[in-house]
Amino acid sequence: METSKVICVVCPNGCEISVDHEIQDNELKVLNITGNKCERGEKYAESEIICPVRTLTSTVAIADGMFPRLPVKSAEPIPKASMMEAMKEIRKKKVTAPVFMGDVIISNVAGTGIDIIAEKNG
Amino acid sequence: MINVDVAIVGGGPAGLAAAIECRNSGCENILILERDKILGGILNQCIHAGFGLSFYKEELTGPEFAQRQINELKGTGIKVMTDTMVLSVSQEKVITACSVEGLVEIQAKAIILAMGCRERTRGMLRISGTRPSGIYTAGTAQRLVNVEGYMPGKEVVILGSGDIGLIMARRMTLEGAHVQGVYEIMPKSNGLKRNIVQCLDDFGIPLHLNTTAIEIHGKERVIGVTVARVNQNLQPIEGTEEFIPCDTVLLSVGLIPENELSLGCGIVMDPKTRGPKDYGAFATSVPGIFACGNAHHVYDLVDNVAKDAIKVGRTASEFVRGEVSE
Ligand SMILES: Cc1cc2nc3c(=O)[nH]c(=O)nc-3n(C[C@H](O)[C@H](O)[C@H](O)COP(=O)(O)OP(=O)(O)OC[C@H]3O[C@@H](n4cnc5c(N)ncnc54)[C@H](O)[C@@H]3O)c2cc1C
Ligand code: SF4
Repeated sequence: METSKVICVVCPNGCEISVDHEIQDNELKVLNITGNKCERGEKYAESEIICPVRTLTSTVAIADGMFPRLPVKSAEPIPKASMMEAMKEIRKKKVTAPVFMGDVIISNVAGTGIDIIAEKNG
Repeated sequence: MINVDVAIVGGGPAGLAAAIECRNSGCENILILERDKILGGILNQCIHAGFGLSFYKEELTGPEFAQRQINELKGTGIKVMTDTMVLSVSQEKVITACSVEGLVEIQAKAIILAMGCRERTRGMLRISGTRPSGIYTAGTAQRLVNVEGYMPGKEVVILGSGDIGLIMARRMTLEGAHVQGVYEIMPKSNGLKRNIVQCLDDFGIPLHLNTTAIEIHGKERVIGVTVARVNQNLQPIEGTEEFIPCDTVLLSVGLIPENELSLGCGIVMDPKTRGPKDYGAFATSVPGIFACGNAHHVYDLVDNVAKDAIKVGRTASEFVRGEVSE
């Protein structure tokens, strides 16, 4: 069994969480999680060991908007490993106003199954 | 002269939350004055997630938090003047502002100051060297990249490890720049742990503690920075100097409340918070003038800004109704 320390990034508390894990039948298994102040931390710590994910935020070019850029985010956290691939698609994307908060800007970004959506009206 | 019950200076999260609460607690004639083209304040450039967990019980980005507040304004009858810069506030509660139509004067029964904060600039730090281009405060760079769509440079050094600097380290990296490192004079970062993990560690950006910049090089454009380690008295240690090549330097060195207007009005200031001295329930030394948000003191979390601004909105409307004695 191994123990990893994970700092929870879900909220500003930044709890230091210990995760006991080991490989069983060629699969990484989480055995025990301590140090989290809430349930969200438990979920985060588990995913951090098995498949780390992050909410990606960036901007896309927008024509006819108030400003040249529209802020966008991944509707859900995406695997860390797909972040740079997702950025390539985001950098190429152009939209035209009007756009509303929550509108899908890129669907299934970098093959993750997760959409990139608008953070505000533009 | 425009007459209103409550005038709010600044349409960021503090001003918006205060305005909505004024309306909810019975005031009808409310006016928000905002110098920018849009409402939302600093949140418009804070495109990262990490807002609203306690106020909206949901993790939002800055623009999403602002958009929710803007949506809440609809149908309230609260008047908004954007592109309107407030020039002065008097003890008699007369506001002078410059709008697209020229100068306007507003007589208010109560005023809420919600101008936010500004960044400390390089002049307030002591770094020697020339004054080439390529030096930005982290917040200015944030606005350039996230709102204007302009990349300040390709090889970046970040001085100071405040949250805005950490967030910009990640942002510039995602946009294809290379961040050499974050240099912090103190033995510990004053940024949130979550930002060190997800903004630096995730991208392999080094954080150098006990290290400061002693010189910025370059004639027209920055070509590099000399950094050195410091001793316990924060003095550079001879022999530890290192030249770091870069074309851009971001300064992430803290915020101070924006209070030119308060000073001009003769409001008593608190030397500790650098905001107006609090005479209880966010009242300033001038009866009927209140302060909230980062103009009152610098907050870490927008959720707390909004929660406190609600209290301010309520007190201001009580004042207008004469329920709060002078
Ligand atoms: C870069 C950065 C990152 C942050 N990250 C987080 C985070 O991850 N999570 C979190 O919870 N909080 C975060 N915060 C804190 C939070 O965003 C702020 O505390 C909050 O936005 C402050 O709100 P405010 O309304 O007081 O000020 P602001 O949002 O600054 O609004 C002030 C408004 O007043 C206007 N104004 C100023 N002077 C005048 C004038 N003379 N006339 C007319 N209008 C005027 C300005 O244009 C602006 O719109 C961050 C802050 C910054 C700066
Ligand atoms: S464990 Fe819960 S309280 Fe601790 S940082 Fe994570 S989300 Fe916040």
